[in-house]
Amino acid sequence: MIAEFGLAALWLAAALAGLQLVAGSLALTARGKDLAGIVRPVAVVQGVLALIAFAALIVLFCQTDLSVKLVAMNSHSAKPLIYKLSGAWGNHEGSMLLWVTVMGLAGGFVALVERRLPEQTMLATLAGQAFVSLGFYAFLLISSNPFERLNPPAPEGQGLNPLLQDIGLAFHPPTLYLGYVGLSVAFSFAIGALVTREVGPAFARAMRPWVLGAWIFLTIGITAGSYWAYYELGWGGWWFWDPVENASLMPWLAATALLHSVSVLAARNALRAWTVMLGVVAFSMSMVGTFLVRSGILTSVHAFAVDPERGTFILALLAINIGGALTLFGLRAATVTEGERFSVVSREGALVFNNVMLSAILGIVLFGTLYPLLAEVMGAKVSVGPPYFNPVSAIFAVPMLLVLAVGPLLRWRRDSLARIRWSMAVPAALVVLSAAGLAIRAQLHILPFIGLALAGGLAVASVLPLKGRNLARVPLAVWGMVAAHLGVAVALFGMASESAFSVERLVAVRIGETSEVGPWRVTLGGIEPVAGPNWTALQANMAASYRGGAPVEIHPQARSFWAPPQQTSESSLLTRWNGQLYAVIGDQAEDGRWQLRLWWKPFVTLIWFGGLLIALGGFLALLGRVASDLRRHIARGKIADRRMEQGR
Amino acid sequence: MNAPSPRPRGWTLWLPLALFGGFVVLVLFGLFRPAGREVASAMIGKPLPAFELRAAVPDRPGLSSRDFRAGTGAGKPRLLNIFASWCIPCAVEAPQLEQLRAAGVEINGIAIRDRQEDVAAFLARNGNPFARIGADDLSAVQLGIGSSGVPETFVIDGKGVIRYQHIGEIRPDQVPLILEKLKEAKR
Repeated sequence: MIAEFGLAALWLAAALAGLQLVAGSLALTARGKDLAGIVRPVAVVQGVLALIAFAALIVLFCQTDLSVKLVAMNSHSAKPLIYKLSGAWGNHEGSMLLWVTVMGLAGGFVALVERRLPEQTMLATLAGQAFVSLGFYAFLLISSNPFERLNPPAPEGQGLNPLLQDIGLAFHPPTLYLGYVGLSVAFSFAIGALVTREVGPAFARAMRPWVLGAWIFLTIGITAGSYWAYYELGWGGWWFWDPVENASLMPWLAATALLHSVSVLAARNALRAWTVMLGVVAFSMSMVGTFLVRSGILTSVHAFAVDPERGTFILALLAINIGGALTLFGLRAATVTEGERFSVVSREGALVFNNVMLSAILGIVLFGTLYPLLAEVMGAKVSVGPPYFNPVSAIFAVPMLLVLAVGPLLRWRRDSLARIRWSMAVPAALVVLSAAGLAIRAQLHILPFIGLALAGGLAVASVLPLKGRNLARVPLAVWGMVAAHLGVAVALFGMASESAFSVERLVAVRIGETSEVGPWRVTLGGIEPVAGPNWTALQANMAASYRGGAPVEIHPQARSFWAPPQQTSESSLLTRWNGQLYAVIGDQAEDGRWQLRLWWKPFVTLIWFGGLLIALGGFLALLGRVASDLRRHIARGKIADRRMEQGR
Repeated sequence: MNAPSPRPRGWTLWLPLALFGGFVVLVLFGLFRPAGREVASAMIGKPLPAFELRAAVPDRPGLSSRDFRAGTGAGKPRLLNIFASWCIPCAVEAPQLEQLRAAGVEINGIAIRDRQEDVAAFLARNGNPFARIGADDLSAVQLGIGSSGVPETFVIDGKGVIRYQHIGEIRPDQVPLILEKLKEAKR
């Protein structure tokens, strides 16, 4: 009953999206003007209906209703409730439903609150949003119905991949999805602006909160995903340039560029066509990323069940949405008038440089991700990894970081480097000193060396915009920028330190034996079997002592899940302020010794703290923007009231 | 010093669309490429590396790389099957190996990380199609010939050169494929 209810809500939502598209488009013409009134309400109801459908799926997973195929395939009655819930979106159909739900809600929210844009642009925007949604509704209803019944019902569910039974991962995909789909709003705004040729500061201000919000979620999602891969996979690495990771990084790079160019457009009415283009590209990257992950086209070595039909469907959606948007861009962008001019040395100039560098990195990541496919066309099988991505993206990242230090100190429109040279003296001296110190003290590879040398100076430079200001009066958006840039410096230091100073030990030890890794001494106390709700494990009891201090217990496990049968290694982490001890237990050798993998990773946690700081910066900026928008709205209301009174 | 603002005009406005078109073509190719996706061994076309393995069970001789060039069937292609008593798919492919043996194919086996009594019990249960069986206790030979799992089956031609690698168990419908590869190896 609930499944049918959910399916009905989904069909209705799809129908309303169709109505929203038709009414929104017709309302732009002279004859369809009367339809304009229904577009906003329809958008709201469509979002609510999608939410109802998604809620129905959640209920089905909570009850473990095994007569529903999706539940039977992906859940199990013995699973903890939280993973039953996350099972609802931890699969293809459920995650697509989550996608349309978030998209519908976002569209509804825009329809409800956005009043600054010309009504024509709003109609075109909502029609664009409906057009994109409609494709995903069709995909769900035609080829991936999440509510399909199973007759007879399955006796027991087939479980969820145990790697996915992890609290981090339960919330990782929805976080990224909020980011991806938030960018769909920016995309729709760009379409609306192209259709009505209304590209200007008002458009930028309407679009900015959505870009910011999406970007915050993407930042958190990528940070959390990186940490998840770090502790769950048991390989000790935090970024693998895996296609799935790149799929989340590419929209982030585009969104970061968009975030900065939209600020230029809002403040200075410059970079018009470029901002619209980035608005299209950012969401396109979200869809491309989803396609690459979903179709299994790039992970083909491991995916034996690639579904070409599903892949073709998403590809068709991509071709229609992105191809259509880019065609519109090609036709209309030339008629978008050029914005205000500015000199090379200016805030705008620095932001343009940042945009170009970010776009270059985006291109590099996209090319590297697709290269294996390209090579296959030529008849070779290759995989592209860190040896390509790290140095090539650094070529563009390093100049970008340098400009990041200077840019926020420059004035809009026109400035001179001579004016800020004394402010820049401190960070510059810091960079030179740390470079000299590192060169004398340690033998380092070039990239960690550059990273460590730059991080300190960058951190100082990022707080310089606060210098000489009354801190109580600094706008929240500026605090946000400072926090985000400081986060970049912090994360950079963590990355460089991890790669420069990590110590790895692979040892085979008997019970009672001690091994050393960096400043740590780790003693294997014993191995014991332990059981969880749906797994059993061998657990190593180890005592780790830092520089001869009091020992701390750590317990890495080798887990065996029984539904479905699969082995995972649960690493154990011991965090200090200056780094992490990372321990993994391996197999027992024939002579009774246990294989242990131990790492000491100085300051590795700063990578994720930096990521969170970047997200926090975004949050502060969003808060500041929304608050000032609200204040302006209220002030305008008061002025209108006063005029009314005077009029009387 | 004016106007560094990116001013996309004319044909550059169509560049994104063109790039995207390239992406779609590339991906279409990827979606519909032929299904053969096994990772081929880098050892194909190369001679078997030299090895000498003791017998895994008392009633069959051990195996050395020389056995693929000498003996009664000198110059004839043979199969080399990598298996283990603890491997379930190996038991699944046993009838197919028996079928190949009945067709006159000489099959040599390498038992990976196994004990003598376990291998004997496995062969008693599933039949013994092997002419010789070597014991590879540390997977050294297995890794040397570019195999990473069990079961795997190699076609070795009469000169001791690896001609074909089959990853995973031989399913009933794949027996003709193996026979075909053996025929090719004769040339």
